[in-house]
Amino acid sequence: MGNKQYGGTSFILLILLVIVLLLSMKYGAVNISLDEICSGFGKWLHHDESMTLNERIFLQIRLPRALLCIFVGATLAVGGVLMQALFRNPIVEPGLVGTSSGAAFGAALYFVMGATFKLNAGEWTLPLAACAGGILSTAFVFMLSQSKQTGKSSIVALLLTGIAINALFMSGVGFLSYIARDPQARSITFWNLGTLSGASWHSVIIIGTSTVLCIAIALRYARHLNALMIGEEEAQYLGINIKKLKAVILLVNVIMVATATAFVGVISFVGLIVPHLLRMINGSDNRFLIRNGALLGAILLSIADLVARMALRPAELPIGIVTSIIGVPVFIVLLRSKNYFF
Amino acid sequence: MLSAKNITYTIDGKTLLDDVSVHFEAGKLNLIIGPNGAGKSTLVKVLCNQLRPSDKGSVSYDGKDVRIFSIAELARIRAVLSQNIELAFPLKVSEVVMMGRYPHFNGKPGQKDEAACEEAMRFFDVLDMAQRNYMTLSGGEKQRVHFARVLAQIWHKPAEGCRYLVLDEPLTFLDVRYQFDFMNKVTSLLKDNGLVVVGVVHDLNLAAKFAGHIVLLHQGKVLAAGNREQVLSKENIRAAYGLEPVIHTDQEEMYLFFK
Repeated sequence: MGNKQYGGTSFILLILLVIVLLLSMKYGAVNISLDEICSGFGKWLHHDESMTLNERIFLQIRLPRALLCIFVGATLAVGGVLMQALFRNPIVEPGLVGTSSGAAFGAALYFVMGATFKLNAGEWTLPLAACAGGILSTAFVFMLSQSKQTGKSSIVALLLTGIAINALFMSGVGFLSYIARDPQARSITFWNLGTLSGASWHSVIIIGTSTVLCIAIALRYARHLNALMIGEEEAQYLGINIKKLKAVILLVNVIMVATATAFVGVISFVGLIVPHLLRMINGSDNRFLIRNGALLGAILLSIADLVARMALRPAELPIGIVTSIIGVPVFIVLLRSKNYFF
Repeated sequence: MLSAKNITYTIDGKTLLDDVSVHFEAGKLNLIIGPNGAGKSTLVKVLCNQLRPSDKGSVSYDGKDVRIFSIAELARIRAVLSQNIELAFPLKVSEVVMMGRYPHFNGKPGQKDEAACEEAMRFFDVLDMAQRNYMTLSGGEKQRVHFARVLAQIWHKPAEGCRYLVLDEPLTFLDVRYQFDFMNKVTSLLKDNGLVVVGVVHDLNLAAKFAGHIVLLHQGKVLAAGNREQVLSKENIRAAYGLEPVIHTDQEEMYLFFK
């Protein structure tokens, strides 16, 4: 049912993604021609060390950054889809329920205190620290927003608790930045507004792994999330183990969002805009939302990053400014529209 | 058949069900009636394994204790329609009905699933709105979509044992015509062997007209159970509802009026 239509949307998004990918490899502080992109690829394949400056820029800076944009965008958008399905509300996203700020806190703690406490699990230490922070903050918001009587969380309670926990963890990040020596941790704008300027093959591989794995798991649960739309009790009558579903989806979501946040900082509103746009195109089937959310998230974040790079060239805007400029109006329209009651 | 033995359910020191034993057979329409707060919905939830009885009581399907079924196994033989279903996001009617088939397939729905949905939608007159957005439907239309969903869920007979359909106040939001329509349709489904239907209704006249077996709950206890003459007596109605009924019988039909 409807698979053809869904496939059509995916196809169009895939073409757009390729176009955006090409643009984001080409343009930046230095423009790189298509020839240079091709020859750079060729030399890389043949392990040819005689690269020009532009070819090096392409292979070591531009390409990882373009790929990072794709993975982070997909992660944030799918994170939004999953959170919204879980909380049964279209105005939830990882940035609002504390996941991102908790992850930023965990990552900042590692940057600043890691050496002191001799915490080290190799190159996975940073994502692990971020995941721990993300799980902590999301669990806080989840538990504190539950009503004592019914055990259910209203969306108002959820958002307000989210604001409080976000403020707490972001001031924690602020404090750590204040006492930090590490230049990345020191930059409070990095954490608050995000940037992809630190992209490297290292971060691409780690974020890429977590993104692909987590989205693959999420897709397996798409049908279960659909059933959740008619209510938790009803979903159970349809044979779904709600406790397991909630645990798996929360964990998947925190892992992928936290890993991304550890490397690029807090980027808000992508998780909000993407599912909203997709619902306008073709309903709310979570299979459709997850698959195409990943594509559209990748496209939008790549465009946002292009804008961030080009607007004040050769300086850069933090990408969070760009996503907020687009995201805040969407959020307000959602809040005010009649369909989305509290 | 579906039965519950010695069910007691207590929450926060309040006893909602007090030693309730009920027995529902296939082939007739089993209806649970009773005033507000009598424990009807609680009993339905216990029957559906959504709530566990506080004490030693037990619920059994086909004579087997409900606890030996997994959530998924139960969903393949038993469909439940609860009250007040609100959809969080816009979906097409056909997508809502397809949810009923979720217990039966992994990945993509098969032809059998598509066919069951189509037949169930035709049966409840919602086939022509299959492509519409559920959120734009009226209350009665939404209710019929959920009828189709729960019927699609148990469309095919299982290899062994009965199919079960549990309806918690299915007639809410329906006008008189669709109330009768629904009761007639459910009655016609009962001609198939091995279907157990249990429903909660408020309208005593509908119960008198359609029920094969009635359970009258009052203050968490079974006040009466049996056929309509046994249950809908003046004494029972007075005791349960505090109203004085006038019972009028005419050509095997039974009508109730209240002073």
